[in-house]
Amino acid sequence: MEKNIDDFMEALLSLNRVAARRILEDAASIDKISFIENVVIAALERIGEGWKSGIFALSQVYMAGRICEELIDEILPPGDPDRKDQPKMAICVLSDHHKLGKTIVYSLLRASGFDLLDYGTMEVEELVQRIKDDKIKIILVSVLMLHSALKVKHLKEKLDSLNLDVKIVVGGAPFRFDKQLWQEVGADAMCSTASEAVLVIKSVMEGSL
Amino acid sequence: MIKDNMTSLQRVLTTLGHKEPDRVPFFLLLTMHGAKELGLSIEQYFSKSENVAEGQLRLRAKYRHDSIYNFFYAPIEIEAFGGEVIYHDDGPANSGEPFIKNFQDIKNLKIPDIKKSACLNKVLKSAHILKEKVGDQVPIIGVVMSPFSLPVMQMGFDKYIELIYERPDLFSHLMKINEEFCVNWANAQLDAGTTAICYFDPLSSTTITTKEMYLKTGFEVAKRTIAKIKGPTATHMASGRCLSIIEEIADTGTAIVGVSVEENIQELKNSCKNRLTVMGNLNGIEMRRWTPKQTEDNVKRVISQAGAGGGFILSDNHGEIPFQVPDEVLMAISDAVHKWGNYPLIY
Repeated sequence: MEKNIDDFMEALLSLNRVAARRILEDAASIDKISFIENVVIAALERIGEGWKSGIFALSQVYMAGRICEELIDEILPPGDPDRKDQPKMAICVLSDHHKLGKTIVYSLLRASGFDLLDYGTMEVEELVQRIKDDKIKIILVSVLMLHSALKVKHLKEKLDSLNLDVKIVVGGAPFRFDKQLWQEVGADAMCSTASEAVLVIKSVMEGSL
Repeated sequence: MIKDNMTSLQRVLTTLGHKEPDRVPFFLLLTMHGAKELGLSIEQYFSKSENVAEGQLRLRAKYRHDSIYNFFYAPIEIEAFGGEVIYHDDGPANSGEPFIKNFQDIKNLKIPDIKKSACLNKVLKSAHILKEKVGDQVPIIGVVMSPFSLPVMQMGFDKYIELIYERPDLFSHLMKINEEFCVNWANAQLDAGTTAICYFDPLSSTTITTKEMYLKTGFEVAKRTIAKIKGPTATHMASGRCLSIIEEIADTGTAIVGVSVEENIQELKNSCKNRLTVMGNLNGIEMRRWTPKQTEDNVKRVISQAGAGGGFILSDNHGEIPFQVPDEVLMAISDAVHKWGNYPLIY
């Protein structure tokens, strides 16, 4: 398994789609879910951790996520019964058009076997309405600027006022540079890397968050 | 507290020469706070050159820092290209939806004519006003987005990464356009009275791009571009890491590097080997909630790590202090520099 992870990581980091596909096809014929859990997620987690510690670059995280998303979509199409039985969730960028962070998390979660809605760029009012209409249980919010991060507080107040039981998971530069900010704005969790979102969602599914 | 003996410009030039001036120079890279000073909304404030000039003068008089920052908002260059700018009441203006919708649009992209661009002329006019007011007392800092980093706003971050990896032909074409525009824009600001140009290049940071990719892309772009800018430049990584490419940044011909709080400033300073002046690296996001004691401790710590021997300018780590940072914190930074930044450093 360890060799599989190393080989898969190497293929992703060198943007070698052919090698990544070959590794995935060889192993996925046995048990695709197990391969996704143990190799794909593990490789993406390590790349994410590598970015956090300065070893890898965001461009590599992004391209690795995109390659995995494409490959996983082939072996595990949207709506496939083998996709995870999960809380309904969505992702958005709050008040901004910088979408890279959101795209990375979206790709990584889909590559990890989750389904989620992509709301694109949203302001608080319309986001609350979409959450209500779609019966969302986990909303992932990506931001780039501090003033957008502070709007999460307003989102939390609105959701509470409507008695909507929704977990708010935040990520983005302001939260990385101020470790207390996610709690200040009333989020339920903060992810420093896209792969941490997988762990947070698992915590929600297990009832520990 | 010791009285300052040098003008701000003398202080900055001395530190750029890797010698110790009378005290550590510090740049409060404030943009939107000028609107607060004038009692205007951010959008109103940036609508007139006179507002920005007056705002910068008031901020400098208040905080006694060592630069005038003639920076309006990051997407002003996007506006010049015909793109959309979205204003906020409590934060910097953002670019709207990218105007390069698909890779083929790059082939039809035209270089904006600076003389005909109303938004860019606002910046040039405020530079003129400021130069008349401050003369050679204070460096006036102008801003350009690097040709390598501008496409994040022109076409979106994700599509741009794909372009770099997958369409080197169109990437080269886009760089050619952006380089010519960047050089024209920087030199127009210098002609208007700007002392130095801050070359924002977060895409080149190793937070975003691998060193291998940087050497093939952002490094070559910066070398070509900076060589044609007719004045000193400061390359700013806007919170991104750069320790592993510091020698290459020096090789681009820039004089200053703006560094991230995510890296150790002492290590960065040592790596510069007197080839670059280090600027940084107070945490601009966190400083919003600093107490006076925390502010003083942070200023003292950074000065103690990087101040010795000159070659150092104290500032935030992003190149723009958030609107939410209160006046009390800015004043506490100023007080701490004036208290702990006098050379020779005594700690």
